[in-house]
Amino acid sequence: MSTMKERFAPEPERYEFSAAPMHQFELARRDFFKVLGAGIAVFVVAKDALPAQETAAGSRSFHNEELPKEITSWLHVGEDGVVTGFTGKAEMGQNIRTSISQTIADELRVPFESVRLVLADTTLTPFDAGTFGSRTTPTMTPQFRRVAEAARNLLIGVAAKEWNVAPEGLVAADAKVTDPTSKRSLSYAELARGKTLAQNLPAEDPITSASEWKIAGKPLPKVDGRAFVTGRHQYTSDIRLDGMLYGKVLRPPSFGATLTSYDDTAAKAMTGVTVVRDGDFIAVAAPSAHEAQKALDAIHTQWKEVPQVPSKEIFSHLKKNAEPSSNERFRRQKGSLEEGLAAAAHRVDATYNVAYIAHAPLEPRAAVAQWTDGKLTVWTGTQRPFANRDELASVFHIPESNVRVIVPDTGAAYGGKHTSDAAIEAARLARATGKPVKVVWTREEEFTWAYFRPAGVIEVSSGVTGDGKLTAWEFHNYHSGMSGIETPYDVANQLTQYHQVPLVLRSGSYRGLAATANHFARETHMDALARVAKMDSLEFRLKNLSDVRMRAVLEAAAESCGWPRKKTQEGQGFGLACGAEKGSYVATCAEVAVDRASGSVRVVRVVEAFECGAIVNPDGLRNQVVGAIIQGLGGALFEAVEFENGHIKNPHFSAYRVPRFRDVPEIEAVLLDRKDLPSAGAGETPIMTIAPAVGNALFDATGIRLNNLPLVPNGLRAA
Amino acid sequence: MAKAMEIEVNGKHYAVSYPADTPLLDVLRDELSLTGTKYGCGEGQCGACTVLIGGAPKRSCQIPVSAAVAKPVTTIEGLEKEAKLHPVQQAFLDAGAFQCAFCTSGMLMSSVGLLQKNANPKREEIVHSLQGNICRCGTHPRIIEAVQHAAKMMQERGR
Repeated sequence: MSTMKERFAPEPERYEFSAAPMHQFELARRDFFKVLGAGIAVFVVAKDALPAQETAAGSRSFHNEELPKEITSWLHVGEDGVVTGFTGKAEMGQNIRTSISQTIADELRVPFESVRLVLADTTLTPFDAGTFGSRTTPTMTPQFRRVAEAARNLLIGVAAKEWNVAPEGLVAADAKVTDPTSKRSLSYAELARGKTLAQNLPAEDPITSASEWKIAGKPLPKVDGRAFVTGRHQYTSDIRLDGMLYGKVLRPPSFGATLTSYDDTAAKAMTGVTVVRDGDFIAVAAPSAHEAQKALDAIHTQWKEVPQVPSKEIFSHLKKNAEPSSNERFRRQKGSLEEGLAAAAHRVDATYNVAYIAHAPLEPRAAVAQWTDGKLTVWTGTQRPFANRDELASVFHIPESNVRVIVPDTGAAYGGKHTSDAAIEAARLARATGKPVKVVWTREEEFTWAYFRPAGVIEVSSGVTGDGKLTAWEFHNYHSGMSGIETPYDVANQLTQYHQVPLVLRSGSYRGLAATANHFARETHMDALARVAKMDSLEFRLKNLSDVRMRAVLEAAAESCGWPRKKTQEGQGFGLACGAEKGSYVATCAEVAVDRASGSVRVVRVVEAFECGAIVNPDGLRNQVVGAIIQGLGGALFEAVEFENGHIKNPHFSAYRVPRFRDVPEIEAVLLDRKDLPSAGAGETPIMTIAPAVGNALFDATGIRLNNLPLVPNGLRAA
Repeated sequence: MAKAMEIEVNGKHYAVSYPADTPLLDVLRDELSLTGTKYGCGEGQCGACTVLIGGAPKRSCQIPVSAAVAKPVTTIEGLEKEAKLHPVQQAFLDAGAFQCAFCTSGMLMSSVGLLQKNANPKREEIVHSLQGNICRCGTHPRIIEAVQHAAKMMQERGR
């Protein structure tokens, strides 16, 4: 039934996406003006869906009429002049609440402050597959431009009718419509009063070009910033409902362990405690978190554990267990590798390994669930509210229309909050107790029972001529994924292949997906090739690169960091890397300092040039780019999940090292604003090239080539 | 029934019914509904739960509530006075020094604690004081900038 569903083809490494979600727009059978109040509403309908669902042209009331099911975003101008945008996307720190509000204000010609956004609420917002893949800006920017433009025209039409003049000469600005001839004006609030006007329109390209933006394109501060610095913002884990209980789940001692004995007598005897055992699910709810913990501790269980692959052997395991793949989607080939290698003066082959890492968002998974008359409401920090809703409906055998999932602005996710775990746990306990229940995962649970960025093995074979032209490129990725797998360099003869391997640990999306692993391998390899060709690594890249946007970021980064840099002290090194993914381009230049005596490694300075088309909010973008560099330093230098026989051995911040203040280098983000290009997303691409840039700098400093991520978990001597 | 403990938070006195060994964090969040202080790890490793106890920044997940009796506790909710933000809050706002902002309360409290004993910290001293606070979004450079800016504002105000 759904074109959106068919268009939605997740990357193969999104292992956590077991199935594409079903969806339905909940307001379909409602008189939404009753919900929102009178005013003017405009809906964007997904392009492909429109012909089948074309409704009467022009303005009309939606009273008692069904809304099309393929609405992807919409906008309401209320009688008080408040403008409300609706989208199923979620805010997790990437700052879309601000950037989308800017876009709406800009196109509707209203002050930024009069715009509010309703995000990620399965009852109030249109269906959305999820907030991932850097899709919010490229999809929502043009859509909200369209709805805002249509709303503006509707308002002009109302004013024209009121004054009995032609709409063509009227001007919309500063939240009012003015007739320049008579100097009359009416505010949007006045125009919306008593109206119930609505219009559908197809999603198309934006109309106001970026060079004419007045509010978009500016470094406006984060919406609701004051609520965050005062502690007033309520994250999911801060929600407290009347009579709410606190839930805790009993976890097996290791992955795949099976229960052999169970005794909950003592826990059940505790006042106010409810114990739920439903198949493998064992959990408690109590009036306070400490009572819940006490009850959990009082449940006696024994488990049968099973031997499993340890992290020490993971890479050989992945290579050995690759599935024979006939899937053409996973394989790209052109030219002849044999001929390419025959034409090469130098050949470089290498294997790269990338460890499992954890997202470790500072707000662990959390959910609050409440059942009322057979209907379920869940507040949870998820990137996929509609998928959560569908899963809850399926688990509890109730219609989707009886489930509402609301996502409060969340304490980050980085690709790690796609699944419904905490939501299901809280809902199960709430149903058993008849009271609202909150479940907040502990840090240890988050490090153990969430999913990880998959480990991977990458093998590269390549050839280059004596004067530095690539002749052959063979690239195999085992397990970590396909994102960013194709080389942007000009090579006539190449083979690129992704090999699936059955999961070892629960794995899934992580900011940038496998693009980080694939760029690490490729850009490290390019550095090695430049060395054998005896060329400067910038010159070598440019010689093999015709993509002008990639060349532009590379040259911008090189210029800002002063490439080629002369070493002025012992242990100093400089490295370069570049890449493109999801419509945006990045190049990174890193400077490192290595103390050979102690083996300590310090990243001193990072310059990163980034280009994602027309910039919607340079301040928010800078935060995303700098943030990606710092987060990426963790996976580059020292983050790795250690495991053995189904136990995570380092499920604590004390043992799983993430970047802290002392690890942060001097960072310069060079943002290239291409007002002539559509805005692409920026949440992921800036993380891809920090690891190879640092690795290449370490080689420059020491002559030691590091082919594994993390590069230096124990300093350089032990590596 | 044990006698109820009393703790002082943000200048107000509260009777506490949770057991004496309950982490102060849980009492603040669950019993007193002061949810601005965050749970990030429960192990004293991330700093999200930082509050001031007797003016010094402490990890409230590691302190039993009984240890906070008779010592004034300040949480993020206590920084704003008469609808006016504390200079450190204002500086974070001005610098855009947050993304998901889940670490922000702890960052603010650690920074306030630092500036109370060192009005003009060097960059390295700020780094040292905030080393125990994790920001996963990578907003560190702006946080340092915000603390420096706050120090300046506080000195100007003090003059």
